[in-house]
Amino acid sequence: MAGLNGARERRVRTGGIELCVAELGDTDRPTVLLVHGYPDSKEVWSEVAVRLAEEFHVVLYDVRGHGRSTAPVPLRGGFTLEKLTDDFLAVADAVSPDRPVHLVGHDWGSVQAWEFATVQRTEGRIASFTSMSGPSLDHFGHWIKQRMTRPTPRRIGQLLGQGAKSWYVYMLHTPVLPELAWRGPLGKRWPKVLERVEKVPAGDYPTSSLPDDAAHGAWLYRDNVRARLGRPRPDAYAHVPVQLITPTGDAFLSERLYDDLGTWVPDLTRRTLPAKHWVPRTRPDQLSAWIAEFVRANEDAAARAPKPVAAKSDVKPEYAERFGGQLVLVTGAASGIGRATAFAFAEAGARVVAVDRDAEGAVRTAEMARLIGAPEAWGETVDVADEQAMEQLAAKVAAEYGVVDVLVNNAGIGLTGSFFATSGEEWKRVLDVNLWGVIHGCRFFGAQMTARGQGGHIVNTASAAAFQPSRALPAYSTSKAAVLMLSECLRAELADQGIGVSAICPGIVNTSITATARFAGVTDAAEEKRRQQKASRLYGLRNYPPEKVADAILGAVLHDRAVVPVTPEARGAHLLSRLSPGALRALARWQPPA
Amino acid sequence: MASAVTGELSAELRGFREVQRLSYECAEAVAAQLKPGVTERDAARMQREWLHERGVRDWFHRPFAWFGDRTAFVDFRVPLQFFPTNRRLEAGMPFILDMAPVYKGYTADIGYSGCLGLDPLHDKLLADLEAHRELILREVRERRTLREIYEGVDRLMVRQGYANRHRAYPFGVIAHKIDRVKERRWAPTLFGFGTQSLKGLASDALHGHRDGWSPLWSPYKFSDHPPVPGLWAVEPHLGFRGTGAKFEEILVVTDSRDPEQSAFWLDDDLPHVRRWNEGAV
Repeated sequence: MAGLNGARERRVRTGGIELCVAELGDTDRPTVLLVHGYPDSKEVWSEVAVRLAEEFHVVLYDVRGHGRSTAPVPLRGGFTLEKLTDDFLAVADAVSPDRPVHLVGHDWGSVQAWEFATVQRTEGRIASFTSMSGPSLDHFGHWIKQRMTRPTPRRIGQLLGQGAKSWYVYMLHTPVLPELAWRGPLGKRWPKVLERVEKVPAGDYPTSSLPDDAAHGAWLYRDNVRARLGRPRPDAYAHVPVQLITPTGDAFLSERLYDDLGTWVPDLTRRTLPAKHWVPRTRPDQLSAWIAEFVRANEDAAARAPKPVAAKSDVKPEYAERFGGQLVLVTGAASGIGRATAFAFAEAGARVVAVDRDAEGAVRTAEMARLIGAPEAWGETVDVADEQAMEQLAAKVAAEYGVVDVLVNNAGIGLTGSFFATSGEEWKRVLDVNLWGVIHGCRFFGAQMTARGQGGHIVNTASAAAFQPSRALPAYSTSKAAVLMLSECLRAELADQGIGVSAICPGIVNTSITATARFAGVTDAAEEKRRQQKASRLYGLRNYPPEKVADAILGAVLHDRAVVPVTPEARGAHLLSRLSPGALRALARWQPPA
Repeated sequence: MASAVTGELSAELRGFREVQRLSYECAEAVAAQLKPGVTERDAARMQREWLHERGVRDWFHRPFAWFGDRTAFVDFRVPLQFFPTNRRLEAGMPFILDMAPVYKGYTADIGYSGCLGLDPLHDKLLADLEAHRELILREVRERRTLREIYEGVDRLMVRQGYANRHRAYPFGVIAHKIDRVKERRWAPTLFGFGTQSLKGLASDALHGHRDGWSPLWSPYKFSDHPPVPGLWAVEPHLGFRGTGAKFEEILVVTDSRDPEQSAFWLDDDLPHVRRWNEGAV
């Protein structure tokens, strides 16, 4: 069986049909039942299934008429949700007669599973349900009705948006043509289409049964869509906890479909994933992590009782939905922006690796991160300028904690003083930390991200000095301008692989960068201290908190922004750099008093 | 001001210690009665009534109570926001009770931090306050300037990952002098502060201005002087992402040459100190 090596196979008879059921993992473990979508067979789950099988009893089956299950005769009327529910119960009874199963559905598998999770006769047979890219047709029907009966410009927009995305549903309702297309040219070209448009990695998926799966599966739409959307059930309330995973780049389903889901599902956990429709193929690591976490939480009622600590402070829900359980590495995390960023990710439920030269500070950041919501957090001591040390860190992180989902290259040092006052040594140190530190981070951790091929995000902390020239900060500005351009180039290169790159340009922020800054040409320690204190006081007066920069960083990752100036002066300078660079040049000539 | 850590406290210091203990008893009694639904105003009134029943008639300042993220003074812009509001206590919320009664002519000013239910983060903040109590005493004994000590506390907070929230107090003070107050039958308050105590503070400020010191221990230039003998109510206040914690108690500064005698905490038998000692055992 393609990609499902070691699976035990059996056949389950129900209503004149034979279903092909595959099982992996220890049968004593909680059962996770994976239901595939259209046009697919159970092999769509192969990547997710093998990962889950390490911990659970994983069961997959070919939906009737798909893969190696037999098709109903006649096809018309053989694919109603009622019959699909019969199939599910038959499989559940065969593989887990005594305990309820944890349902997972993708696409049409999720549409079916919504039916299972909302009809009465399955009560007690389902422990939890993870849904991705497949709404309940009943909820969908109500969603449309609400928007038709009380149209506002926004609601009409939502209707038209989803209406356009559903073009293929209309096509599937035409007679014969879809079958001809799938058995003909479309079926042949489909693997290439998936690869090119949906970025599904090539390999043993889709299977050779695709043309038949797709031709039979058209009846899923014809038997159910018009009936349910026209007369949605009024009592489609979920009787199980639901985890909704929404791919934000889905070409077929609008995120807005789930806006009212709270009214149908009393116990709802939301997750978002920056990916296209076929997440079981493109993001198996993240999916299996979220599924496993949700199954564990619903197996053990006690473990579920305490809601995350984050609930008490005002964490934006969209951050928790996106970053929950992700692995985030922040450099320069012992103070300032880095520490605030580590804390913000921790509050959103991410796992955090805090990296800094200052060992005590890094450990402290990790310790506090655990207290505010990070399920796990570690402190690591590394000088980002040290190539070997960074390489070792990357290897260690990959081996012990996993591949980093979000990398924040934030470590940086300050240096001020005129060009000629700056010694070669000072130039080297600034570039080593501010630029090479970022390069090392992007090279070693970015390489792991691309090798995994499941997306990710890199954030580099540049500066407003990257576009605001200044005679006072030549070395620092040069290093930061390089970081900005590096980020832009890398963004272009990694876009194809679903890895975003953002450059953050904070501006004047109240952190300890001034207290540790070097002043080129100043050799007297007391004079240096005096200048550091003076700069710190000025930054203190400005008093822009690093927490706001951290928020901008989370926002940049969430919305995949390219360049994010943060403070008002940074935004102003960014605007002027495009509208009237001459003004910035004039400003650059200003000599700050010593 | 002569006194001893080892020997007997002078009658005057005993008077201050008595009112400080009374205040902490009040805080513990009120804290024990707090339950979900109680408002800040309720909590402030409970403190006021408890102390009034035991003979308190005048205040350095009337009792404050802060719940939830107000313990970290989140979004405080104007001093009026310090006054108790109708915010209701919920399970898991941190709270701070702060009161400064005058009893038999002696003043205390205390702050008590607690949490309704268990919260490891709040425990951590309370535990981390211990280092500040030690730092302040050590540096006062070294006779560093108050401004330097203030900055030292600031640096320690930053290292710990916290925000300095005493900066939100009027003049950003971490401490202020307190003194004896004449008992009058009529003891009005002005914006929550006892007029008698304000008078004392104003007179100190005037004298201090002539002699180059201030009764307010702040980050500003006017605190750039070594500690001045007297009683200081010290109140380091930590904030961390919507959770705040502080203690406030009296530090005695004398003009003794013996470092041990030159400065000491008036009383080491206070709830937060007991808590640290129990944790250490």
